[in-house]
Amino acid sequence: MPRINSPSELEKLRQGILSDRDPEKPCITLCSGSACHATGSGDVAASIETEIEKQGLSAELDLRKTGCHGFCERGPIIVNHPEESCYFQIKPEDIPEIVSQAVKEKGIVERLLYTDLNTDEKIINESEIPFYKNQKRLVLGSNGSIDPKSIDDYLAIGGYSALEKALSQMTPEQVLEEVKKSNLRGRGGGGFPAGRKWEESRNAPGDIKYVIVNADEGDPGAYMDRSLLEGNPHSVLEGLMIGAYAIGSHEGYIYVRQEYPLAVENLTIALKLAEEYGFLGKNILGSNFNFNIIVHKGAGAFVCGESSALMTALEGRAGEPRPKYIHTAVKGVWDNPSVLNNVETWANVPLIINKGADWFTKIGTEKSKGTKIFSLVGKITNTGLVEVPMGITLRDIIFEIGGGIPGDKKFKAVQTGGPSGGCIPENLLDLEVGFDELSKAGSMMGSGGMIVMDEDTCMVDVARYFIDFLTDESCGKCVPCREGLRQMLKVLTNITEGKGNEGDIKLLEELSEVAKEASLCALGTSAPNPFLSTVRYFRNEYEAHIKEKRCPALSCKELITYHVDPDKCQACMICARKCPADAVDGDKKKIHIIDQEKCTKCGTCFEVCPSRFGAVNKISGESVPPPIAEEKRIITRKSKEK
Amino acid sequence: MSDILVRIDGKEVEASQGMTVLEAAQSAGISIPTLCHHEKLEPFGGCRLCIVEVQVGDWMKRVVSCVYPVEKNLIVRTRSEMIDKIRKMILELQLAHAPDSPELLDLAQEYGADKDRFDKEASFCIHCGLCVRYCDEVKKKNAVGFVDRGIRKEISFIPEIAAKECWNCKECFPLCPTEALQAAFVLTKSLTSPPLSHEPSSEE
Ligand SMILES: Cc1cc2nc3c(=O)[nH]c(=O)nc-3n(C[C@H](O)[C@H](O)[C@H](O)COP(=O)(O)O)c2cc1C
Ligand code: SF4
Ligand code: FES
Repeated sequence: MPRINSPSELEKLRQGILSDRDPEKPCITLCSGSACHATGSGDVAASIETEIEKQGLSAELDLRKTGCHGFCERGPIIVNHPEESCYFQIKPEDIPEIVSQAVKEKGIVERLLYTDLNTDEKIINESEIPFYKNQKRLVLGSNGSIDPKSIDDYLAIGGYSALEKALSQMTPEQVLEEVKKSNLRGRGGGGFPAGRKWEESRNAPGDIKYVIVNADEGDPGAYMDRSLLEGNPHSVLEGLMIGAYAIGSHEGYIYVRQEYPLAVENLTIALKLAEEYGFLGKNILGSNFNFNIIVHKGAGAFVCGESSALMTALEGRAGEPRPKYIHTAVKGVWDNPSVLNNVETWANVPLIINKGADWFTKIGTEKSKGTKIFSLVGKITNTGLVEVPMGITLRDIIFEIGGGIPGDKKFKAVQTGGPSGGCIPENLLDLEVGFDELSKAGSMMGSGGMIVMDEDTCMVDVARYFIDFLTDESCGKCVPCREGLRQMLKVLTNITEGKGNEGDIKLLEELSEVAKEASLCALGTSAPNPFLSTVRYFRNEYEAHIKEKRCPALSCKELITYHVDPDKCQACMICARKCPADAVDGDKKKIHIIDQEKCTKCGTCFEVCPSRFGAVNKISGESVPPPIAEEKRIITRKSKEK
Repeated sequence: MSDILVRIDGKEVEASQGMTVLEAAQSAGISIPTLCHHEKLEPFGGCRLCIVEVQVGDWMKRVVSCVYPVEKNLIVRTRSEMIDKIRKMILELQLAHAPDSPELLDLAQEYGADKDRFDKEASFCIHCGLCVRYCDEVKKKNAVGFVDRGIRKEISFIPEIAAKECWNCKECFPLCPTEALQAAFVLTKSLTSPPLSHEPSSEE
């Protein structure tokens, strides 16, 4: 491939690619992101290839292995073009039928279509499925239609036209103005306006400036950045190049977690191709702009994603936050002005340049523009990655897109913002999603984690869980975080174990205040959020644990007892046989009793007791009824034996 | 060198470009408590005890004075109800680890900190990092370092380096606000006694 030297050469190349492609030619796209790979999309791909061969269709049918479609729970996912019929949870044995239908006009494999849970109707098109219908997939959308390893695929959907526009039709100042006008805010943490950060760097003294992609993605359960890098790496590169041009930087870094091998692989391929095509290197598209990108694999802890820690790690030192009051945009890597933005932030940039800030600001709320990708998990019917316009309500995300809470359970809270985010209760479900809205509710946008919790979740235990994570991930440099979290974890653990004391809530509040006010980095200053938000909305649960030694959600092991209701027990022996601790005493026709001394509270009896009996109870905060008298334990059945 | 006028606790203080608020205060005889600061070392900002309130225009924020640079017309308050509250808590948290440190006990008295507020976990080390940084920045030997992170973080001598360097130096010992350092060294020594034992063991 000869280097492209000018905008017109790029357009010629793009036209060439497009004219070689017949949009009506049948094509099977198969999700090959990490999640679908884990559920077998590799084998599915192999069977598609074999089947195409076998049916002699190689001239008529294409296979494209794409990035993540978002509905990972239902993977592997196939979408057949041009019909756009889509199939979920595909196994190799489904392939012969899919392949033979793919080349037929309007050919559909009925049995593999998505069935609407409410109406039982079969849905053909991806865009009609409730999970997708209410999304606005501006950033993530292309994932499903391109092969991330092919730069031609990216060019075919208009890739690098934003770079071309910026370099050939706009001055760096104009690019900066456009991004400022768009009010694009950081997608990785604090929601800081990207344009303002860029401007600060642009105006900072120094000839060497860096632009950096934060792809550390340390939030457990979050994988939007991974999906973007795996599925559409060029969009991130293009954003970075445009940012570099605006700021006056000639060197970019991508700090990516080592645990993301496919992302690293696809990025490396993308970089190589971008260089070959002339989007990187010297005199890019004949504009005199020079730019190169280096991939840095990070193997650090959660805190390495924090900006000053990440930059320290880039310098080759241990990734610990640095105490500095000068912005990294002015003094960052090796004290040079450095702009760090999240993967998703960068991926928004080409869209803004192509379609304009006016288009972008039409989406969202007054202060939060554009879309945001969330990773929707927990007690929810549809889990996966969802991209929604800012301003959508939590209710719409959870109940329209997510399909609500499974198993007739009641919604209790949604935790947003990653480990140091907060829990939002049911009465705030109509909250519009935006940076400031979520912060005001005591949570945050963070990088877009969203964990749905149902009525069985204990909110004190949730706080304990996240504080435990953060205590583990604290770098240990500063006292309010290291020591404050250590003590908070102790107190929270005590409360969930029924050892809470009067005054514990106040102590936790004091520790929180000091961590928030005095910690060195944002890990420490935001770490109390899991406690603060749960005590704000679920104070009664804390009090029940402390004062009554009762867990209202019946979840804290130390505070519950399992008890067999003698009136309901049918002496069927199921629980007695399954109990791993041998704690159930009973016999056929002899009402069962749980030996509380032996019981390990694993809950097996509760789960296995047939629902038509429902004889095992969970009790918290009250004393266990004494076992019934031995002579009353024998059941004489009104037998219906045939 | 341009002079910068700042106001600390109501007192006009002349400072110069590049100075920290802590240095400016010290130069004017205003004392701010510190645990991890040392004039020969890069600011560490770990103990957070030197936290103060600064006001730039209408904007008040709390910053650690050992890192924050002076700037024109800065107004600094070294004590307030909130500052005292933070310092008290920091001291109480540290006293759980080093309940006998005279330095901590003196400060505890000043800030009304209760040395028994938290259950004792007498690891002695309060992670000020003075020894680690002194050995790195001044002596350039890196014989002692931090291992692990968060609440598991500990200081540890690197036996191979310690065996060669530490005997004739020990300059870090007096820096330690607790007894942790010497203890760690003694431990390293006992674990590595063969290579170290050719030196006279006068310490015990
Ligand atoms: C403990 C901690 C971990 C963080 N981890 C990440 C991360 O994994 N990815 C990320 O983009 N930002 C992370 N951040 C936020 C970054 O510090 C920084 O604000 C962000 O990368 C800036 O980019 P943005 O403005 O585009 O969001 C983290 C912050 C903290 C305090
Ligand atoms: S706040 Fe926590 S993670 Fe940040 S520097 Fe302090 S100890 Fe380290
Ligand atoms: S002396 Fe400033 S943080 Fe320790």
